[in-house]
Amino acid sequence: MNIIVAGSGKLGSMLTKRLVEEGHNLTIIDTSQDVLDESIEEYDVLSVKGNCASMEILREAGVETADLLIVTAEEDEINLLCCMTAHGMNKNLHTIARIRTPDYAESTYAMRKLFALSLTVNPERHAAREIYRLLKYPGFIKREKFANGRIEMVELKVEANSLLDNMPLYKMPKIANGQVIVCTVLRDGNVITPSGEFILKAGDKIYVTASPINLNKMLKNLGLITRRIKNIVIAGGGSVCFYLAQFLEKDNCNVKVIEQDISRCEHLAEHFENINIVNGDASSQLMLEKEGVENCDAVISLTGMDEKNAVISLYANSINIPKVITKLGRSQHMQIFEALPIGTIISTKELSCNTIVRYVRAMENQVGSAVTVHSIADDLAEAIEFIVDNSTYNCSVPLKDIKLKPNVLIASITKGNRNEFPNGDSIFVPGDRILIVRNGGKIIKQLNDIFED
Amino acid sequence: MNYKIMVKIQSWILFIEAALMAPPLFIAMYQKEAQSVFAFAVTILITFILSGFLGLISKGAKNKFYAKEGLVCVGIAWIVMCLMGALPFFISGKIPNYVDAFFETVSGFTTTGASILSKVEYLGKGLLWWRSFTHWLGGMGVLVFFLAIIPVSGSGGFSLHILRAESTGPSVNKTLPKMRESAAVLYILYIGLTVLDFIFLLIGKMKVFDACCIAFGTAGTGGFAVLDTGFATYSHFAQNVTTVFMLLFGVNFSLYFFIVLKKIKPVLKNEELRVYLLVVLSSIILIAFNIYGKTADTMRVSDTIRHSAFQVATVITTTGYSTTDFAQWPSFSQAIMLVLMLMGASAGSTGGGMKVARVILLFKSLKRNAHKLMHPNEVRVIKMNNQKVGEQTVANVNAYLAAYVILMILSFIVLSLDGKNFSMTTNFTAVVATFNNIGPGFDQVGPTCNYGAYNMISKLVMSFDMLFGRLEIFPILALLIPSTYKK
Repeated sequence: MNIIVAGSGKLGSMLTKRLVEEGHNLTIIDTSQDVLDESIEEYDVLSVKGNCASMEILREAGVETADLLIVTAEEDEINLLCCMTAHGMNKNLHTIARIRTPDYAESTYAMRKLFALSLTVNPERHAAREIYRLLKYPGFIKREKFANGRIEMVELKVEANSLLDNMPLYKMPKIANGQVIVCTVLRDGNVITPSGEFILKAGDKIYVTASPINLNKMLKNLGLITRRIKNIVIAGGGSVCFYLAQFLEKDNCNVKVIEQDISRCEHLAEHFENINIVNGDASSQLMLEKEGVENCDAVISLTGMDEKNAVISLYANSINIPKVITKLGRSQHMQIFEALPIGTIISTKELSCNTIVRYVRAMENQVGSAVTVHSIADDLAEAIEFIVDNSTYNCSVPLKDIKLKPNVLIASITKGNRNEFPNGDSIFVPGDRILIVRNGGKIIKQLNDIFED
Repeated sequence: MNYKIMVKIQSWILFIEAALMAPPLFIAMYQKEAQSVFAFAVTILITFILSGFLGLISKGAKNKFYAKEGLVCVGIAWIVMCLMGALPFFISGKIPNYVDAFFETVSGFTTTGASILSKVEYLGKGLLWWRSFTHWLGGMGVLVFFLAIIPVSGSGGFSLHILRAESTGPSVNKTLPKMRESAAVLYILYIGLTVLDFIFLLIGKMKVFDACCIAFGTAGTGGFAVLDTGFATYSHFAQNVTTVFMLLFGVNFSLYFFIVLKKIKPVLKNEELRVYLLVVLSSIILIAFNIYGKTADTMRVSDTIRHSAFQVATVITTTGYSTTDFAQWPSFSQAIMLVLMLMGASAGSTGGGMKVARVILLFKSLKRNAHKLMHPNEVRVIKMNNQKVGEQTVANVNAYLAAYVILMILSFIVLSLDGKNFSMTTNFTAVVATFNNIGPGFDQVGPTCNYGAYNMISKLVMSFDMLFGRLEIFPILALLIPSTYKK
């Protein structure tokens, strides 16, 4: 497909990377020559310099023959204008815009036809919701939902001398006291599709799927579930914090926000009466101590700087705060920070990126396309949910007789309301939802791609 | 530097070169030229083995690739290509000295067309075909061909840096989002135009073999002849067809892409194309007036215009065919020819020289600097095709001019040391003609002479001048700078 990405900031460049990998023709628009030079140096794309909302620039970028326009420029207004202009030039164009100002949330929904928006993404709100979910279910690093919430996937870290350390995987259901499947193991930067004989080691990151009930049982049996989180300290009062505060306010938590900018503090105080807003630098230990950080249940670092967030989380971890969450913006920092004890990492870009990639895949292939896509294990693996239809091969064939690609694993089959953990005799029929995990290897766009030809 | 990926690319280039030696092998077999058959067979074998060996040691190369790797990689690839490409001439014994064979091959790949042979037909059809085919390959670039056929995934810098290092002009960019498609489009346009030229030459009653080789030479703006008697032997129609096609191959290829896309406006508005055509037209007229009636073959108006047009086209596009001995012309015409030699064709074409785009930028930058002397605080930007040209590009063009002049002067001095003691004009135009990939110069390297008389050192210097010219200096210069090899 011909895709135009306007605005090559953090989200824009991450999208560029993902979409080029999927084999699309990309043209990127940005106002800064340096940013463009960096992009064409890194990726096989075309670049156009200028204002993405101008007809001339859009024409130069080939909007007339494009299939999709993704606008991630700094200002929401430009994004909206860009979508409207581009759609006026090409009626068949799909448009995706990043809209993150809370003030526009209502209008972009109510007038999405007028603005010609196929999809809007709000990375900050998305991240806030994700953090909120993590706070409600502490104990593991990441949690993703599939099959309308009937299946969940969590990311766990195997700690030294824990129950999981040195355990072969076939013992897993016993410990969990229910059906769970370990789909992917990330060890030393490599993804492994594990068999039953596989032995876990400290330092591994594992991705486990199960129904929510079994998952909770497993977490309890592993001693991972702790008490409910009540006292929360948030460092940085940006937009993620704003959205998160909206969720937490309803939940009766004690929330304290530390923000450096006084006018931002006032803005927050105006909106949230039950939340304590403190003016100060959250990266100063003295400040944190003064605000009684050692007694809280969770510390969430949401400032605009990755380095600062990492420092705050390192400190929080050193004084044994039960739950630490760190927001990171630049994806290339991930690998460095991941090695540090900074708790769960939330990347605002990654969440929105997943949403957009999913949309692109759905556009590309209306039949048999993925319902949900989550990139896991540092982008090395993916969990993809499909709906089986009549064009799917091997319907009603027992799994033991189907040859799958070596890097693919079927994690679950959902039939109506019932969830089935696949064994050799399992079958799937049209209408079922099927969750597959791809560990490395080629990208899977349709369900039929999982079969060995 | 990422040595592994560079070795891997050399392996691919050698593989492609070996494969492309198959057609001349078959031609030699068909013509029963035993020595050539043997020479091609041995060369193909050696090249394949070398390619396989390099492929083996570069297994598991990572795709990290930056500007430095791009420059060095392209520089090495061209030298390696020429070293292997010279083997058939040497092994067959037709050019007994390897340095001579190397010179001839470099001249082929760099689309220079300077020869050390006085009798070319003596080579036989197989080698002649290969010699002309190197023009065609070198014109658009072997690495661009490699980019068009080999799927390179992941890093964009990988392909972009190769394209930048091998293609001509001050600012090289893709026309389509994907490098592979961009490179393929270039080659499809290139093949299409070459075939068209070939058909027109056949209509002009040229023999199939000659038409094929001449089309290769025209397309790559090379200029190797296939007859001892040169281009004057062919019909006037064939000469005129070649004039038109030489000029066509001297145009930026991305403009043809716009024409295919039916976007005519940017083509008509293209500043470089306008200047190029203006220079061609005015040179033809000036020379025609100047030479009319001065020599035996310019007695008639039609002949005068034909010769003038052909020679202007051949020199500005740096092809180097000749229908007449322009060394006999009046000095005003010779002076124009020399200026055209230095100027060269358009950026993004197969021609050599400074490139019209650079000359335009140099003039604009000169004008701005002169203006700045008088109005120090005034801010002016340099524009081309109504778009701002980045200051880095302007600086690069100025640096290019400096490197161009310095390297030419150095070569000129080395050539002057040659034992044969050639005239100043000979030495100077020999450097100009090789550095700008033209072929013939004046005096003893004029259209009716050749480079055979120079000694080995001079030939090697000129071989490198040709490579400097074709790759626009920096890929070869990068190989000679010590800092390239520092960790």
